[in-house]
Order: sequence, then structure tokens, then C-alpha cells
Amino acid sequence: MSVALEAEASGYNFAYLDEQTKRMIRRAILKAVAIPGYQVPFAGREMPLPYGWGTGGIQVTAAVIGADDTLKVIDQGADDTTNAVSIRRFFQRTAGVATTTATTDATVIQTRHRIPETPLTEDQILVYQVPIPEPLRWMEARESETRKMHALAEYGVMHVRLYEDIAHMGRIVKSYDYPVRVDGRYIMAPSPIPKFDNPKMDRMAALQLFGAGREKRIYAVPPYTRAESLDFEDHPFEIQSWDDGCALCGAIDSYLDEVVTDDKGGRMMVCSDTDHCDKRRAAGYSGPMAAPYAETPK
Amino acid sequence: MYVAVKGGEKAIDNAHALLAEARRGDTSVPELSIAQIREQMRLAVDRVMAEGSLYDPDLAALALKQARGDAVEAIFLLRAYRTTLPRLAVSRPVDTAKMQVRRRISATFKDLPGGQILGPTFDYTHRLLDFTLAAESLETPAAPEAEPPEDAGMPRVVDILGDEGLIEADIPAEPDAVPGDLTREPLEFPAGRDIRLQNLARGDEGFVLGLAYSSQRGFGNTHPFAGEIRVGAVEVEIVPEELGFPITIGRVELTECQMVSQFKGAKDKPAQFTRGYGLTFGHNERKAMAMSIVDRTLRADEFGEERAHPAQDEEFVLSHTDNVEASGFLQHLKLPHYVDFQGELVNVRALRRAATPARLKEIAE
Amino acid sequence: MNLVSTAARDLDDDPPLLSVRNLAKHYGNALGCRAVSFDLWPGEVLGIVGESGSGKTTLLNCLSGQIDADGGEILYRHRDGEVADFRTLPEPQRRALLRGEWGLVHQNPRDGLRLRVSAGANIGERLMAEGARHYGEIRGAAMNWLSRVEIATDRTDDLPIRFSGGMQQRLQIARTLVTGPRLVFMDEPTGGLDVSVQARLLDLIRGLVDELGAACVIVTHDLAVARLLAHRLMVMKGGEVVEAGLTDQVLDDPHHPYTQLLVSSVLQV
Ligand SMILES: Nc1ncnc2c1ncn2[C@@H]1O[C@H](COP(=O)(O)OP(=O)(O)O)[C@@H](O)[C@H]1O
Ligand SMILES: [Mg+2]
Ligand SMILES: [Zn+2]
Repeated sequence: MSVALEAEASGYNFAYLDEQTKRMIRRAILKAVAIPGYQVPFAGREMPLPYGWGTGGIQVTAAVIGADDTLKVIDQGADDTTNAVSIRRFFQRTAGVATTTATTDATVIQTRHRIPETPLTEDQILVYQVPIPEPLRWMEARESETRKMHALAEYGVMHVRLYEDIAHMGRIVKSYDYPVRVDGRYIMAPSPIPKFDNPKMDRMAALQLFGAGREKRIYAVPPYTRAESLDFEDHPFEIQSWDDGCALCGAIDSYLDEVVTDDKGGRMMVCSDTDHCDKRRAAGYSGPMAAPYAETPK
Repeated sequence: MYVAVKGGEKAIDNAHALLAEARRGDTSVPELSIAQIREQMRLAVDRVMAEGSLYDPDLAALALKQARGDAVEAIFLLRAYRTTLPRLAVSRPVDTAKMQVRRRISATFKDLPGGQILGPTFDYTHRLLDFTLAAESLETPAAPEAEPPEDAGMPRVVDILGDEGLIEADIPAEPDAVPGDLTREPLEFPAGRDIRLQNLARGDEGFVLGLAYSSQRGFGNTHPFAGEIRVGAVEVEIVPEELGFPITIGRVELTECQMVSQFKGAKDKPAQFTRGYGLTFGHNERKAMAMSIVDRTLRADEFGEERAHPAQDEEFVLSHTDNVEASGFLQHLKLPHYVDFQGELVNVRALRRAATPARLKEIAE
Repeated sequence: MNLVSTAARDLDDDPPLLSVRNLAKHYGNALGCRAVSFDLWPGEVLGIVGESGSGKTTLLNCLSGQIDADGGEILYRHRDGEVADFRTLPEPQRRALLRGEWGLVHQNPRDGLRLRVSAGANIGERLMAEGARHYGEIRGAAMNWLSRVEIATDRTDDLPIRFSGGMQQRLQIARTLVTGPRLVFMDEPTGGLDVSVQARLLDLIRGLVDELGAACVIVTHDLAVARLLAHRLMVMKGGEVVEAGLTDQVLDDPHHPYTQLLVSSVLQV
């Protein structure tokens, strides 16, 4: 059965949304690409998944995905976390597209909270799920005011927040959703990815799209566009680092999750990007706590 | 030796199976039918239709059954279904003056043309548990039937006041004006009154009730009087292009509330009563009344009233009424956040390491 | 026309920093102020005096962009010599002026401060808005300004809500002056403070304004404050300027009957 027929069999249009809605979302995406970092309001639809669980990312993915695409969905860097599974299934059911866990095989990657460790290419689109798209929300709760501040590039308050961190704690303590300035103009919330991932956003070869379903905003960082993390000259932006590498694959340059192994303070650190870790182990790398590598059944 | 947790798919399947079992409950108890829910849990059905923005009692009953009686979950189901429906036509504004009234009361006039009609109301019941209802297959005696009123006219109370110029005029309908549509356009501020009313009509009953109550207790009081509450069925008409004249496609039951508020007047405006408007699908007076109060508090700017309280703050109110959005965002905290949490762990450890014993002593003192 | 006489000035032939022509503001049918015209030169302090309700705050709010006047011109000479009408400038440029070259000190310091961030950040904000990106230098400037307004530098990281009213007002002044504005507006800067605190604050303001060479428009109903701070005065009544001139002339030899009344009533106190 062809992909289109299969989708039809599920009773819904390809990728769930009707074509009118997809066109509306694509127009918003085009505008977002044309004005990097600017939050474009769009008429977000009610999705059959709850708000806050990726409805913005799902709508963006639904609008850009085609029958020939291969989709990867990750949450916290992992393909097998329950919400990633649920979203991947949603597209299998409604679009019948091929799915993968391999970063290099995917043409569209929908993510929550991480950027894959494997560098992305021009042939890929990275779709972020965004809970709060407004980086100025920290300092100003009102949408009517923040829109004006963006329009006039009145961004002094962003550094006020960073100043306060240093004044009170000696360092910038913001560790995720760390604001960036896109193409030297708009300040943008990168979604709650760890600041570890911020440098990957900068001049990334892949198109980065951001969807906030509840707040009904879409924004974008086009390929090879600057995304600079805010900082001070004498307190430059820094990313997280760990004393030891991944316990399974030995990687020392990947973002690590802490796993509690017992109730006596036992801890181990493992790659949050499960595909990255798997690939490294398959290639023969190993960390101190690794079992001999065995192909995980698909 | 450590093996990363796999098997999210299996876990989800199992959870769904358990959910289905829990929904059904004890199988020795007969299963509820959609018709039973629709007829006997009607107010729950009405609420789901109102906040789900879809008038379909059977689907609302189905949603309640599927949601195990959870109203917000049922509203979510109905909304997600609604958004997939094609839009075949747009109805003409319904005329509540022509409502076939089941209930109609006014707190501002003792008697008025058309009279006060109590209808089916909890208002004067004593809230004593009725144990006879626990017995099944009980016959309910039929309510006595009223004589058809001699004079069918039942003018709206606000129109009676309006004749004297005592109340602000209804906003004249602009013939070509198209009201905004929150389900097709993002909410932006400042929002017009059309969008505000739409937002409140879809808004969570509890939240809107709380806002209205806060206003009554003095946080933005508007000194409201229940000018009129009417409940009943109105006809829905469309004008098909090929016909060019209106035809009736069905009837919906509505609750309408016209709240009358005092206004002392300003330099360029004599003293007058002002309006707050509430409308819901089905029978829901609490929601319609609360909505009408909040509609009025949100009009503070129009009357030069100082906006100092939450119920007067358009951005605050409209951004937080939607229980499908609120419930989703609140409960998304159940999703894994260990990547962000790891970032914070790294931070706190680094800060603690940086804190010298001397500094710690200083903090402790 | 109430153009302030410039005959008394023989300082130089520099063009004025600010030229206001025929400014008017109504609230519905009620008059806020009208037919106000004056020139202000760099480094000059202009006092606006008059009883409550005479239109002082209305005028100041129009000048500083808090409200929009309904007629007249506010001609401002930029650093590059370009003269533009503030009222017709696009909003981004107006807000840029208010962030940098202009400063506004509110009567109530809470309106001019960010109460939930430290005193240091309050002072640093305007610098950061203008592009300062060196934490050490920003902090240095903040501490320098704190001492200039006589707040101990060990309060740098404290929140302004923990400050007394007088300290908050001094913090607001520091926050406003840190970018070295060329034009400062102050509305009753000593208004809510008790008398002993007022005198010190006045001294401080006088010193700072002198030092910075900023032009300044100060609204006050208090003639003593006006005499201490202002080079020139405009006396307002019922929304109009009824008398204007050098401070000493206006106060020692008032011509308009209203000014005479104002001066004598103060003297009686
Ligand atoms: N927001 C306002 N709405 C209506 N009238 C106002 C408003 N603000 C001031 N006024 C009126 O404008 C006149 C001038 O007021 P104001 O500028 O506050 O005087 P002052 O600062 O000299 O006390 C007064 O008659 C006052 O009542
Ligand atoms: Mg005043
Ligand atoms: Zn690894």
C-alpha cells in the first residue's frame, strides 16, 4: 500500500493536518526563515496531543514532512523516551513515513530539549518543541510589552539578568534555554536545550525550526546563521563539562545524563544522545561500565 | 553493568490497556450508554459542549465516557475532534429574543412582560441527599405542564431599559463585520470584545467563576445586577449561497446572561447602566453569569476605570482561561526533564565547590 | 507669547539644546497646558513652578514623552547638531533618546526603578542597554555612582525595596545620570521626602547637575527648591506660563500678580 493510501486508511489527511492548515503554517515558517529569530504568531490548531507535550513541533513537522522523508523523534536526546515514542507513532499512523533512530539517516528530526551530537547537514531539518518562546518573559510578563521590546531591539534587560547571576553567585547560572542573539538582531529562546548545545545552533548547516503550540509562535534559524549566546567580555559564555566521560562509550565531548544506580550514592554518567552512544559502541569505543556491545534489536 | 532503559513502546501499550480496563470498571456493573450520559448527566454534557466549542450532545457524552467523567479531558477530546471538521457554512447570528424559553428570570424587575419563569432550577432545592434516587428504576412523576402563554412576547430586559436610554446602546451590528475567530487566528493584544467574549465562552468555568468572584469581593468591583438570565432553544439559520435566503438547520440550547452594571458617568457621558454579556451552550447559569461579570470588568478602559485587579487585566485573563492549554502545560511537568535537571546539577555542584569553608561559615551565621 | 526672555543671557551664541514652541495638551475638554514656549541651553537648569493643578506635570510629561501633546513642537538638537521635533520622531528613536541622551527622574522612585533587581543592576541597566558588555566595568561604574549619590558600596547587591525612600530617590538619580545624559527631567524630585533628607538631596542634585553639565528641567511647587537649583524659572497658572525669567529676578521682583501672591505666601510660611 502506498504511503498516501495508508494515511488515508487511518481516516485523516496525510500527517493529520488538512492542507489549508499546512499552507498557513508553511507561510508562517517562510516568514520565520525570512526574519531569523523573530517569533511569528500562527493560528495553532488543537492537536490530539496535549499542549506542552510537543504540539508546536508536531504542527511544524506535519507542515514540512513529505511522503519520502525519514523521521527521527527524540526527547532528552533519546529515541525511546515515552513522549518521543508517542510522537513518532503519531506520524507513523497519520503519515506512514519511514522512521529511524539514526541521526544520519533522518531528513526531519523533531526534538525536545536536545540537539543531536552528530553534526547535522544541509539536507536535514531540525524541529524543536518549544514551551515558552519568549526569552524576555524572565523580565517582562506582558506580551504587549515584549513585542515592542523586540521590535525596537531594547534588550538591555537581558544582560541585567545575567549581571544579577554574576553579582550574586559569581557566575552565570542559567544552564538551559540560554538566550541567543540570532543574526545579530533578535534575541531568541533556544527552547530548554542545555546551554551545552548552544554552540551547535550557531551557523548550523541544517534548517532549525521552532514550534510553540500553546503560545502559537513559530520561529527559525536558517542554515549557516549566527546564533550567539549572550555573555559579558569578562564572563564569556561557557558550556557544561564533566570530570569523566560516558560510562558506556567513553565519549568525553557529549552531554551526559546522570543515572542513579543504587541508593548508596552510586552514580554513573551516560550520553544523553542514545544514538550517538550506540554508534560509538558499535564502532568499538567503550567506557568503564560498558557491557560488551550487542546489536540492540530494532 | 548497566543497560539503558528501553521499551517505551511496550510500556505505553500496556498503560493504554490498563486505562481501558479502569475506564470500564467492574464488569459486573452494566456499562453506561451514550444515551444515558446524554440524558442523565446533561449538565456535564453541556459544559463539555460549551468549553469544547462544539454543539453535539452525543459526541460530548461519548467524550465524557471515554474520559471517565473528567470534564477537562472530555473537552480536550471534543476540541481535538472539532479542529478536523470542515467548515461548511457560517450561521447567522442567533436571536435570543426569539428564544423558546425554558427559564427566564430577572433580578432587576419584580414583574415584566413575559413574566418570570423558574424552569428547571436547583435554586430553591434544599441540598439534602435524596436517597430515593439510590433506588434504581424509580418512576419520576411528570412535571405539570404550563398553559401556553397568552402573549408570546418576551422582550429582553436590557431592551426595556434601552428604550429609556438608561443603559448603553447595544453595539450596532456592522453589516459586513466578521467577528474574530480564536480557533483560526492567534490571540493578540489588545483583543477586541468579540475575541474576549469568545475566549471567555470557551474558558474554564472554574477560572472564570473565580475571576468573577474576585471582582465581587472588591478586586475590581462593577456592582452587577442580574438583569436577565434566560435558558432555552434558539434556531440556527444559514443562508446558502444558491438560495439567497435563510433556512433553519437546527436548534441549540443556550444560556444567556445580561449583567447590568452601574456607571456614574463622565464629562462627555451622562450616568448610565452598562452591560456585561455571557452566553454558553446548554444550561449553565453559573458560567454565563461569571462570564458576563468578567466581560464587564475587562471593559474598564472604556469607562475610564483604573485597571488595578486581575479580573480587569485583559492579557492576564485571556491568556489563562483555556483549560486545555493550562492542563497540558501544567501536566507536561511529568515529561522527563533530566537534561535540564542535569544542567542544574552541574551548576549547583560547581557553586558548592566554589564556596570556601570560610564563605559557608559566613552564610551559616 | 510666553517665550522666556533671552535678553538676560549674554553667555554665548550657541544654539539652544531644546526649543519648545506652542506646546499644548488637553484631557478631553479640560486644559492640561497650552501655549508653552521656551528655549533651554546646554548646562542650564530651568525650574517650573506653580500651584498644584497648574499644569507642571502635564508639561514635563509631554516634554519627556510620557504622554503625547496635542499641539506644538519640541525641537531637540542632537549631539551631531541635527535638530528634530521629538513629537514626530519615530518611536524607536524616541525610545533611544529616553534610554541614553535623555533622563527622567520620577517623583516616586518606585516608578523609575526595577525593584526586583539589585541596586548595581539598576544603575548598570542603562549602560547595558547602550551596549556595555564588560561586567567589571559595569559594576565599577555602578559602585562609583552609588558613592556619588552617597550610598555605601556594600549595598551594591541589595534590592532597592530594602532601601529607604531617600536612598531609592538617590538610586534613581544615579540610574538616570550614569549614561551622562545631556537633558534631564525631574518631577518634584524631593517630593515625598522629609525635610532633613530633602536638603541633602538638593545639594547632591545641584552638585551632580553642575558636574555633568546636563541641561535640566525641574518641576517643583516649592519655591525654595526652585531658588536653590534653577537658573531660570517659568511660573505656571491654569495651564499657562504667566511669568518667566532669571530665578532671582522672578522671585525677588515678581511682576505678575499671581507670582507676587505665590512669593508672598511662601514668605509668610
Ligand atoms: N490624566 C488626567 N486626566 C484628566 N485631567 C488631568 C489628568 N492629569 C492632569 N489633569 C488635569 O490637568 C491639569 C494640570 O494638572 P497637572 O499637570 O497634574 O498639574 P500640576 O503638576 O501642576 O499639579 C489639572 O487641572 C488636572 O486636573
Ligand atoms: Mg504634579
Ligand atoms: Zn556514550
